[in-house]
Amino acid sequence: MCSSSGAPVAVVSAAVRKYADIPGGLLPLLHEIQAGLGYVPKDSVAVIAEGMGLSRAEVHGVISFYHDFRNKPGGQKTIHVCRAEACQAVGSRQLEAHVKTRLGVDYGETTADGRYALEAVYCLGNCACGPSIRIADDVFARVDADRFDELLGDT
Amino acid sequence: MVRVFIPADTTACALGADRVAAEVVLQAQDRGLEVEIKRNGSRGAFWLEPLLEVESGEDRYAFGPVRPGDVAGLFEAGLHGSSTHPLFLGKVTDIEWLARQDRQTFGRAGVIDPLSLDDYRHEGGYEGLNRALAMTADEIVGAVTDSGLRGRGGAAFPTGIKWRTVLNTPADQKYVAANADEGDSGTFADRLLMEADPYQLIEGMTICAMAVGATEGYIYLRSEYPKALQVLNQVIATAEDANLLGKNICGSGRDFHIHIRVGAGAYICGEETSMLESLEGKRGLVRFKPPLPAIEGLFGKPTVVNNVLTLAAVTTVLAKGAAYYKDYGSGRSRGTLSVQLAGNIRRGGLIEVPFGASLRELVEEFGGGTASGRPVRAIQVGGPLGAYLPESQWDTPMDYEAFTEVGAMLGHGGVVVFDDSVDMLAQARFAMEFCAVESCGKCTPCRIGSVRGVELIDKIAKNENKSASFELLEELCETLDQGSLCAMGGLTPMPVRSAIRHFPQDFEVSSGSGVER
Repeated sequence: MCSSSGAPVAVVSAAVRKYADIPGGLLPLLHEIQAGLGYVPKDSVAVIAEGMGLSRAEVHGVISFYHDFRNKPGGQKTIHVCRAEACQAVGSRQLEAHVKTRLGVDYGETTADGRYALEAVYCLGNCACGPSIRIADDVFARVDADRFDELLGDT
Repeated sequence: MVRVFIPADTTACALGADRVAAEVVLQAQDRGLEVEIKRNGSRGAFWLEPLLEVESGEDRYAFGPVRPGDVAGLFEAGLHGSSTHPLFLGKVTDIEWLARQDRQTFGRAGVIDPLSLDDYRHEGGYEGLNRALAMTADEIVGAVTDSGLRGRGGAAFPTGIKWRTVLNTPADQKYVAANADEGDSGTFADRLLMEADPYQLIEGMTICAMAVGATEGYIYLRSEYPKALQVLNQVIATAEDANLLGKNICGSGRDFHIHIRVGAGAYICGEETSMLESLEGKRGLVRFKPPLPAIEGLFGKPTVVNNVLTLAAVTTVLAKGAAYYKDYGSGRSRGTLSVQLAGNIRRGGLIEVPFGASLRELVEEFGGGTASGRPVRAIQVGGPLGAYLPESQWDTPMDYEAFTEVGAMLGHGGVVVFDDSVDMLAQARFAMEFCAVESCGKCTPCRIGSVRGVELIDKIAKNENKSASFELLEELCETLDQGSLCAMGGLTPMPVRSAIRHFPQDFEVSSGSGVER
C-alpha cells in the first residue's frame, strides 16, 4: 500500500472490519475501498484476504472479474461512454471515436493530466435518449461531439 | 401557492431536469411567487422530458420538453391549465401517448413522490401485502400461479411454479433475490420503476417472502444506476421505520429484511446463477443447473430469483386478484408487457400494454418512427442477445410464443430501432464482441467462440474465404447455441444469425473495398 500517505491502510482496514462478518461482503467491501481511494491497491489484496478468511487468489479473482474495479489509480473523474446497441442506433460509434481523439486515450486509460479516466459501459438505462455518457455519477443524454466538448468545458 | 412537478429520474436529469428545477426556483423568486417543487419520478414519456407539470385542483397540466431557457417564458405565458405557451401539452392524463396505455405496474410512475410512503399508500400501495398477510402461503402462491404471471426478466418462467418449489423445499433459511441487474441495451423499465415507484418492489418482495417463508431479501442492483440506489436506500429505511420491513411486519409475527448489493459492471451477473455467485461475494461465474436456485440458491438455500417487474406485478395480482391480471394478455402471455422503445426513435420511452400488440403498432403509432426521420430498417428486440427483425416480421404480436416462432425473443421488452443507415455486418460483429467482453469465461464456446466469431466476421467483411467463413460462422453459432451453459453464449447467435438471414446484402462486400467497419 502507499506507505507515504497512510490513508489507504486506514481505508482498507476500516472496510475489512466493516464487512468481515457480512455474508457475501467482498463486493461491498471492494466498492467501499474504491470509493475511498479511487482504486483497490494491489498490496491490499493480502490484507483483505486475511480479514475475510479468503485466499489471495480468491480476492484477486473477484477484483479482476468485475469491470468496475481497478488496481491502480484512475482519473479525478471517470467518463463512461455507452457502447451498446440503443446508443449505436443514434451515433455512438462516431461519438466514441471523437471522445478518444479529444481525450487522447483509449478505453481503460487515463488522460495525461490525470483528470479523466475513460471507460466503456454497456448501457446506462437512458436508451430512449442516446447517445449516453456518464461523468462521475451524472448521466448525459443525446450527446454528440459538440455536446461532449461543451460538457468537458463545464466539468 | 403553485405546486410544480419536475422528475428526478435519470433520463429527465440527463436532459436537464435539475437545471430546470433550479430555474423555476429563480424565476419564482424574481416574480415573488410561492412555488413548491415536487420531484416525482418519470411517467416514462422520455421524448417529453423534462416534463414539467403544474397542479390545478385535481388535475395536472404538462409542459414539455422544457429546457432551462424556456422557464421564464413559461411563467410569462402562465403556469396553469390555459397557458398559451408552445410547450403546453394540456392535461397530462390526456396526452395520447400516455392515455392509450394500460398501466398496471407503472400506474403510479410519475404521479407520486417516489420517496413518500403516504403517496404510495394513497394510490393503492400495500393493498397487496395487506391481503397477503391474511392468506396462507399456499393461497398466495396459488394466486400468483392462477394469474399466469411469467418471469419478466426474459426467460418467462411461470412465477407461481418457482415460488411453489421454494415453498415446498424445507430449509432453515430461505431468500428472495430481486434481479435489478438490468443490463440489456434498450431496457430501462426496472430503473424507471425503482426511481419512480420503488415501494412497489419492496412490497412485491415482501409478499414473496410471506409466500415462500423467506426472512432475508437481497436486491442486486447494477452499479450503473446510482440514482436508483439512493432512492432504494431511502425507501427501505422508511419502510423499516413504518414496520413494513424488519421484525414482526405489521404485527404478523413474520420477519423480513432487505439488503441492497451493488453489482460491479458485469453483464453476466444478470444471469440468475451468476447473480447468486456475485451476491455471495464471488466472481460471477454461471452455475450448472440443476440444482435449481429454488432448491439450492443463495448460500446454498432455497431462493426465489425474480426480476424487478415480476415482483412488482405480484402486488397487482394480490391487490386486484389473479383473474383481474390474467384477463390481460394474449395466448399464454398473460398480463401486461412493459415495452421500452429505444434507439433511433422519435417518441421513445416506456409503454405498458397488454401482451399481443404488434411491434409495428408500437414503433410506428407510439414511437412515431425514427428520430432521424429516415425509414426504419431493423428492430432489435430483447436486448443484445435478441434478434434483429426485418420489416416482414414487424406484424408479429408481442407475446413470448409468437416471438419464439419467428426465431426471435421478447426478453425484457427492450425494442431498439435502427434506421436505414445501419450496417448489419457491424451489428453482427458487435454481438460477438459483446459476448467476448462480457462472457464469464466458464465455458469454452462462449469464451473462445465469441472471439473467433469476431475474427470470422472480420474475414467476411474483407471478403476472405467468404463461403468457407460463412460456413464456419454458422457452425460456430451452432456450437454456441448447443454447447453453452447459459443464455449468454446460447443466445449470442440469435442477433448474428438474424442479421445474416434477413440482411444478407450487408454481408456482400466487394473484394478489396477496404470498408472500415
